[in-house]
Amino acid sequence: MTCLSPNWFDIGPLYQIPRRGARTVKTARRDIAVFRTASDEVFALENRCPHRGGPLSEGIVHGRKVACPLHNWIIDLDSGLATGADEGCARRFPVKIEQGRVYLEMGMAVTP
Amino acid sequence: MTLPNGKRKPEKLVAVGNGMAAGRLLEELLARSPGRYEIAVFGAEPRVNYNRIMLSPVLAGEKAFADIVIHDDAWYANNGVTLHKGKTVVAIDRAARTATTACGHVETYDKLVIATGSTPIAIPVHGVNLPGVVTFRDLDDVDAMLRQARQGGHAAVIGGGLLGLEAAAGLKANGMGVSVVHLMPTLMERQLDASAGYLLQKAIERRGIDVFTGANTQAILGESKVEGVKLDDGRTIDADMVVMAVGIRPNARLAKEAGLAVDRGVKVDDAMRTSDANIYAVGECVEHRGQCYGLVAPLFEMAKILAAQLSGEDSAAYHGSVASTKLKVTGIDLFSAGDFSESDENDEIVLRDPSRGVYKRIALRDNRIVGAVLYGDTEDGPWFLDLLKKNADIDAMRGTLIFGRAYQGGAPLDPMAAVAALPDDAEICGCNGVCKGTIVAAITAKGAASLEQVRAHTKASASCGQCATKVETLIAATLGNGYRASNRKPMCRCIDLTHEEVRGFILSKSLDSMPAVMQELGWKTSCGCPACRPALNYYLLCAWPGQYQDDAQSRFVNERVHANIQKDGTFSVVPRMWGGLTTPNELRAIADVAERFDIPTVKVTGGQRIDLLGVKKEDLPAIWADLGKAGLVSGHAYAKGVRTVKTCVGKEWCRFGTQNSTSLGVQLERLLCGSWTPAKVKLAVSGCPRNCAEATVKDIGVICVDSGFDIHIAGAAGLRVRATDLLGHVDTERETLECVAAVLQLYREEAAYLDRLYKWVEKTGLERVRRIIMEDRAARQALYQRFLVSQRAVRKDPWAERAAGFGLQEFSPLAIVMPIAAE
Repeated sequence: MTCLSPNWFDIGPLYQIPRRGARTVKTARRDIAVFRTASDEVFALENRCPHRGGPLSEGIVHGRKVACPLHNWIIDLDSGLATGADEGCARRFPVKIEQGRVYLEMGMAVTP
Repeated sequence: MTLPNGKRKPEKLVAVGNGMAAGRLLEELLARSPGRYEIAVFGAEPRVNYNRIMLSPVLAGEKAFADIVIHDDAWYANNGVTLHKGKTVVAIDRAARTATTACGHVETYDKLVIATGSTPIAIPVHGVNLPGVVTFRDLDDVDAMLRQARQGGHAAVIGGGLLGLEAAAGLKANGMGVSVVHLMPTLMERQLDASAGYLLQKAIERRGIDVFTGANTQAILGESKVEGVKLDDGRTIDADMVVMAVGIRPNARLAKEAGLAVDRGVKVDDAMRTSDANIYAVGECVEHRGQCYGLVAPLFEMAKILAAQLSGEDSAAYHGSVASTKLKVTGIDLFSAGDFSESDENDEIVLRDPSRGVYKRIALRDNRIVGAVLYGDTEDGPWFLDLLKKNADIDAMRGTLIFGRAYQGGAPLDPMAAVAALPDDAEICGCNGVCKGTIVAAITAKGAASLEQVRAHTKASASCGQCATKVETLIAATLGNGYRASNRKPMCRCIDLTHEEVRGFILSKSLDSMPAVMQELGWKTSCGCPACRPALNYYLLCAWPGQYQDDAQSRFVNERVHANIQKDGTFSVVPRMWGGLTTPNELRAIADVAERFDIPTVKVTGGQRIDLLGVKKEDLPAIWADLGKAGLVSGHAYAKGVRTVKTCVGKEWCRFGTQNSTSLGVQLERLLCGSWTPAKVKLAVSGCPRNCAEATVKDIGVICVDSGFDIHIAGAAGLRVRATDLLGHVDTERETLECVAAVLQLYREEAAYLDRLYKWVEKTGLERVRRIIMEDRAARQALYQRFLVSQRAVRKDPWAERAAGFGLQEFSPLAIVMPIAAE
């Protein structure tokens, strides 16, 4: 399998992620937070706030943003960027929903 | 092929299905290339082509079948189209290019169009095949419903989507009792957000239709015919008829049996061609780029492209549709289009007019409209849809976009100048009908100089509060330099009202859900922010104990997982030790847990508890289970709630002790524990004025004296150190418990979220609190009773619930993916 071909992994049904919440996916390289918004969009970010490494999966999801539980940095789920005056970026990973199941692109997720 | 007279023999086109997609295709095709094809249409229904989406008005009695016929028999005859009514095609032979009907008729084709539409989904529950269970798809279904309606009785409609609600409204109009059973928490959740869903539910209920949301149908009851519906929470609804309206699925069976590529629907490319070059598909049976459509506009767009293709325009291509929805229930105006899925305060515009029941929301991305939801006033829906489809940059009109097309072109006004420019009869407060002139008169003639005074004199801003900012601007404009701005602090950027005002309205307007609060009070965002959501969740919990459903996703992580998050993402666990008392058995359990789970740090807290630090989230339920076996429960050390009651040893041991402070502390803690409060609440009971339990820096402190108990409140020893104020003296332990619970309840009911108790006392005044608690016996007892009621709802140990399996998914990863490295 080349590094170009997407390795979409089925990580479970969408309903297992609470609306306006997140679950984590543990991989050998890192933990990934998979967020579900109120309207069933999904986003995947490395589960580390660019500020002090807080677990973003534990934050309050509002709109397409999450508030880090440690110091309330607001991270944009789509871009991974910190909003407002804060600067930093959480790494993004491709994620999609197909027929009610969530797929994560593991090729990206396992690269350093 | 050329005929003897030199003309080309027309190709033979066969359409399987005679619904709206096929009908539109024929129209488009005949307009584009009349005579190009010899056309035969097979329809399963024994009638001509009609406007299926108008079945709802037929059911409601607003239209007759004749009104909704699109093509009558004459039309087919005039256009040379052979219509086979009531003939279902059951097989396609692709090699021989024939289609065969159920009655054995074989038709050959050059080009075939599959337009088999969709079929209603029936949920697989017991009783689904009983007589009296109907779907809502064609005229026969409508006739069946009308037959039942003539006999009266009650209908249960399963499904609160577009179709279900139209069926419900139609049956209600025919005099039936109607209940709607909907699986999701809000109606039409695919097309509407929670705010619009809330307004819709109110409107449906106003028609006398019962709405059950979050309701999962377990079985349809009845022996020989339908008698009712049973929900999985045990409730039953008596019913003489059940309308199954949970959704539709593409009817792709014929295509699949013919060996065409089928996934959810019949797969087509941008030319509407299936995997067989001579076979096309159109309408609801189609799957295009992974999408299936159940609305009429996309079908028409597909029909247009297919007609072009069949006319030889190879470049015509379908690129998918932006769906827009309207509910066809008279008197309910709603519109939704595009992807209004989650957006946030920076890329959405929200307008709410609570008094008119209007809600509008436009979702933007990069200054372009990506979606819109309109409720109550849908006039601008098509305009928004047009801007959306054109991908138009709306930056220049962003400030006025939400007001619609009629308001474009004007320059935004300075709010002060805008208010000054209003005529005297301009309405400022829509709820109470207060005009500008009335408010100005109150300011100039009656000397009202603050929002509160204007409100008292005129009732302006006293109902929904949306106009509060406007009224303040008007006061400032009228008084000029004489106006000193109040230090009203809005709750957050989503709303101009203060915490206290929001709390007041929740009670006075009986708002019992988050969408209700946001709509009726005019939230400027569609679903709040991390500041207002936890506050609202608390206010609703406090106002409607036992009734309001706690929203875990609106809680800070600590309260959601019942442990304290630490800087490295691990958690700390603090079991409750009533009044600071423990036993060898409890200590042994704590020691065992610490060893078994490799807990790195065990520490004694300032509140006389033991803190286990560095616990991995996934270990929490197992740790709680172990602690629970020794009788240890949650210490709520993570909560905006009652934390600890610290005690000294009191007269049982101490030579100075005047009362049994330890036992009083235990009693207090047992009475108060589990209560959610605006901010954390710490208590202490000292056995004598030497005050070893440090009761005078607690939110509530009791100091025992020879003659009884001094009750202190409003202390703190955190960011700010503040000694308590004496609230009063009581003689007995029983009175102490009642007074403390009553103060706590008053604080719970009145304080702004995150205000510690001392802050609330400073705002409301110690004297007022003292009068209510110490002098007004009836008020105190009422507070105490309300506190007891609220405690009933929290009497379960959250740790025990989770150790027993409740919400376990919170504590485990969704997936663990450890790829087998093969490089």
